[in-house]
Amino acid sequence: MRRGRDWRPQLRAAGLALPLVAFVGVTFVAPLATMFSRSVYDAVVADALPETLALLEGWDGESVPGEEVFAAAARELMRAQEERVIGQVAGRVNRVQGGMRSIVAVTGRRLAAAPDGSWRETFVGIDPAWGEAGTWHALRTAGERYTSRHYLAAVDLRRLPDGSIARQEEDRRIYLRLFARTFLVSLSITGLCLLFGYPLAHFIAHAPPRRAGLLLALVLVPFWTSLLVRTTSWIVLLQGQGVINDILVALRLVSDDGRLALIYNMTGTFVAMTHVLLPFMVLPLYSVMRGIPRSHMDAAASLGAGPAQGFLRVYWPQTLPGVGAGSLLVFILAIGYYITPALVGGSTGQLISNMVAYHMQTSLNWGLASALGAIILACVIGLYLLYERLAGTEGVRVA
Amino acid sequence: MHVAFCAAVLFFLMAPILVIVPLSFNAEPYFTFTEGMLRLDPEAWSLRWYQEIATSDVWRSALVNSLVIGAAATALATFLGTLAALGLSSPDMPARRFLMGFLVSPLVTPVIISAAGMFFFYSRMGLGQTHLGLILAHAALGTPFVVITVTATLTAYNTTLNRAAASLGAGPLRTFTRVQLPLIAPGVLSGALFAFATSFDEVVVVLFLGGVEQNTIPRQMWAGIREEISPAILAVATFLIVFAAALLLTVGWLRRRAAGTG
Repeated sequence: MRRGRDWRPQLRAAGLALPLVAFVGVTFVAPLATMFSRSVYDAVVADALPETLALLEGWDGESVPGEEVFAAAARELMRAQEERVIGQVAGRVNRVQGGMRSIVAVTGRRLAAAPDGSWRETFVGIDPAWGEAGTWHALRTAGERYTSRHYLAAVDLRRLPDGSIARQEEDRRIYLRLFARTFLVSLSITGLCLLFGYPLAHFIAHAPPRRAGLLLALVLVPFWTSLLVRTTSWIVLLQGQGVINDILVALRLVSDDGRLALIYNMTGTFVAMTHVLLPFMVLPLYSVMRGIPRSHMDAAASLGAGPAQGFLRVYWPQTLPGVGAGSLLVFILAIGYYITPALVGGSTGQLISNMVAYHMQTSLNWGLASALGAIILACVIGLYLLYERLAGTEGVRVA
Repeated sequence: MHVAFCAAVLFFLMAPILVIVPLSFNAEPYFTFTEGMLRLDPEAWSLRWYQEIATSDVWRSALVNSLVIGAAATALATFLGTLAALGLSSPDMPARRFLMGFLVSPLVTPVIISAAGMFFFYSRMGLGQTHLGLILAHAALGTPFVVITVTATLTAYNTTLNRAAASLGAGPLRTFTRVQLPLIAPGVLSGALFAFATSFDEVVVVLFLGGVEQNTIPRQMWAGIREEISPAILAVATFLIVFAAALLLTVGWLRRRAAGTG
């Protein structure tokens, strides 16, 4: 009798990996997943005003809703007031339509157990806005559990109270510009790293072994040094009373009160990020270049190619995997960069990640922070898949 | 020309780090070279900032927190990561490419996004502002390094040794601890050092998850850079540079050992 395929080796291998898969799943992937659910799901209003929202389903959308809607809204707003969630409800409605925060909050505070005449008259008495259809549109929109609003906001769009999508007002369009800036800055830093890193990697890769080891150490020491230390160094060097400005003043290149603003702006972000990311370009280039035998260039020369032609037609094509891997690695790290711009970028040197931090910690607009984070992560994953194809997971090996 | 350019790039890489070291001996509370320092006047140089951090309770507790969190996270990451690498290197591993991608995801994700996600999840689990929460978070961030280095070391491992051990009567556990582990130890150790360095230098997750009780060295430096910049930070930075050089030498030594036995 033939036995089935023996699955034990597969089970054994999978069993070894299982604890880590479970660990990473719980401590890392699950937190990301719950955060991203926050970017599309928001039930504050839906949970606070279920009956009102159900009644609004049957509303024609043009006239002012009927008395039973007002009565339900009164009950539920008073309950929200009692349970102290009225502030969250008001904030949520306010994001649909500006000015609604105080209308909802004041109404919640002033409603009493019995109406003054009809509920409708009571509401309109507190704020005439309740007599307009637009207010109820805003309430209905805010009551949707699933919302695309954070993603719309993340690309400078908004939903009008009547449900149509429009561009954000001129002075509130910030994210697309910030995405574009982050993209451009990352691209320029990648270019700079390639410009500085390629000749250096070439030099180290073809130096005699002893000297190569020493030179490589000069790349690896910064690589292993704490990021905060490296950022501190740039503050020491670049600030107004810093080392570079002192030297320039001593050389009389700039006057003492004309010291250059080299930090707390885009210049600071640029210089410090290039410094931090340069080793990530040099190391993959170095490992590719080391594998290119000198005999290839000798062969090119013996066949009559000049140094430039030999480089362009023989050497450069062989280094392309390293160029691709290094550039993608630097670019991936740059678009998600947070610490350095936060410390040396001032107000003009901020990137999109700093906006995620701002909405997490200061504005507390967590839905928007999650949506921005999801967009960044999608870009990073796409680029990473490209990187993996170029370099293999082995290429992730750093240092 | 080429040499001069490379020297300039290396200068750009190293100079900012080296400039910190002499400045940490500044006798004045400034971030710049005083005239006295340039004249090599002994009065202008001092160890006062080293004295300050050595006697400061804040920096001492930050060091203890960093070491405790780093050591625990490293132990967890190294244990789980080595185990997983053994599975991933087996030719019988199903869905290897996918799993590898899954397991290195903490390395690829921008740290601000990881920190934001962890903030919600860990606080809901009651792990916000606890050492345990930070240990788990840092272990998650460190595991990819262990997985990658150990998997790379295992590609050079000769599996007939396992069969030889088995034929001599050793069980799987004994084979692993007496034969395989000693041979892949350099890879495991350098993975562990990477994981420790990750935790020891990590600030964003600490800022999001940690409370006052979880003040670590990077967090204290972050606060120092943002609020009042005192040369005490430069003294700490000098200590961290020495630490980085020591790590680098250790990893280099381990790599040469691994190459020798591989």
